[in-house]
Amino acid sequence: MKTPLALAGVVLKELYRRKDFYVLFVLTAVITLLLASVNFFNDDKIVRYLKEICLLLIWISMLVIAIVTTARQIPAERESRTIFPLLAKPVTRGQVILGKFLGCWFACGLALLIFYAFFTVVTCSREGHWPLGGNLQALWLQWMMLAIVIALALLGSLIFAAPSSNTTICFVVVAGILLLGGHLNAIALQQTEPLTSLIYAVYFIIPQLEIFDVRDLVIHDQQLLGWLDCLGASLYAAVYTGFFLLAAWLVFRRKPLSA
Amino acid sequence: MDAILKTDNLWVEYRAGQRGGAKVAVRGLNLNVQAGEVFGFLGPNGAGKTTTMNVLLGFVTPTRGEAHLFGVNVREPIARQRIGYLPELTYYYRFLSAEELLRFYARIFGLTPAETERRIDRLLKLVELESARKRLIKTYSKGMQQRVGLAQALINDPDLLILDEPTSGLDPLGRMKVREIIQRLKEEGKTVFFSSHELGEVETVCDRVAIVSQGELRVEGRVADLVREHQANLEQIFLRIIGYQPSSLS
Repeated sequence: MKTPLALAGVVLKELYRRKDFYVLFVLTAVITLLLASVNFFNDDKIVRYLKEICLLLIWISMLVIAIVTTARQIPAERESRTIFPLLAKPVTRGQVILGKFLGCWFACGLALLIFYAFFTVVTCSREGHWPLGGNLQALWLQWMMLAIVIALALLGSLIFAAPSSNTTICFVVVAGILLLGGHLNAIALQQTEPLTSLIYAVYFIIPQLEIFDVRDLVIHDQQLLGWLDCLGASLYAAVYTGFFLLAAWLVFRRKPLSA
Repeated sequence: MDAILKTDNLWVEYRAGQRGGAKVAVRGLNLNVQAGEVFGFLGPNGAGKTTTMNVLLGFVTPTRGEAHLFGVNVREPIARQRIGYLPELTYYYRFLSAEELLRFYARIFGLTPAETERRIDRLLKLVELESARKRLIKTYSKGMQQRVGLAQALINDPDLLILDEPTSGLDPLGRMKVREIIQRLKEEGKTVFFSSHELGEVETVCDRVAIVSQGELRVEGRVADLVREHQANLEQIFLRIIGYQPSSLS
């Protein structure tokens, strides 16, 4: 595990030294703080709208950070040819995939932690209590979902030639799953065969990313999910992440190293 | 004595372009490099030198034949545990400093933190980059980047060094320094396998050479033996072997 962790460290260092990563980060933080400081019509319930907007912003920002960061990892290694001295060491291509995944996933975890810290402080300042349990659960589940997204983007970066095309396709797929994925079974019932079977097959194959979205529970201060449900969702994420990473390794195994 | 580096009837073919036919880059290459040798791998551009090195480093799978390092098939990552590789051009993480880069590679080889720091100090002194150790690699000159490359190739104290045109693009002083380092490694009993177009340099530092042309091994032997046998220096032998005809202009 030392090699993937060493590689993950390099990914983190690169993100830390790249300036573009900060732009989105600072922008989201500023918008969150601004939203928290405004007071519309002296309405006490306005805080729920603010929470909704803040969480939506965090979700969008995290998807942008995760996909954009991951999509360029391996293409950049191939383009700058840093992959050559790396693979000249006792490093396998599987370790490269795992290291890149871990680096991007840890970076997203760190960004999530900061975003949710902001969000918790903002919520507390408006509502007067610390909703730590709910926020922690929302953070954890979002991080698990991001593992699937990152693994998917990593696989895409080995299939599509340009990082920009991979980024676009990943955004469309992830947004499509988040918005429509959970409704595909209902859509399937309204169709005729063989379309019904086809849509059902898609419904069962794609990762149901919306199960990780517990924003409503956080916004309305509802009861937390059971920890067993959380564990189940984490295992579900681990299975899909493992599947996408395995597919990425199979593609990368025989791929020429030059871009 | 067992060969440290060995290729058996190595063939590498690849497709030239989308609809192009198969192009043979290496044809039945047999090489044996013994421990403690400095071995020069020579040939004109496109002769198959880099492809052969790519096979040895596990970047390219041979179409036929096999290659072994320390008796281990090059397809096994463990075959690369005891080697150091310097690419022709500098391909390192530009957002890292020299010591961060060396620390990263040391971690891959599983060195302890104390041993890592000791080696980093020693190598940066060897390649004369101590004063620039904390600067990002992107701020280095070409010569400095090449020297960082040499330091990373030596971080695991390798028994075999594979150098792809190590002096390419360096000024005379830089070339001299690289040559001195190769000599020092030879004195330490390391094996060095390197390609170069600087035939004078090859003649000075190499024990044995192999000359390849169009993917085939044309000549292999001790430098002194070849010079005596052909009654010519290495450059003249090289030109004769690759079939160079002086143009009418000269």
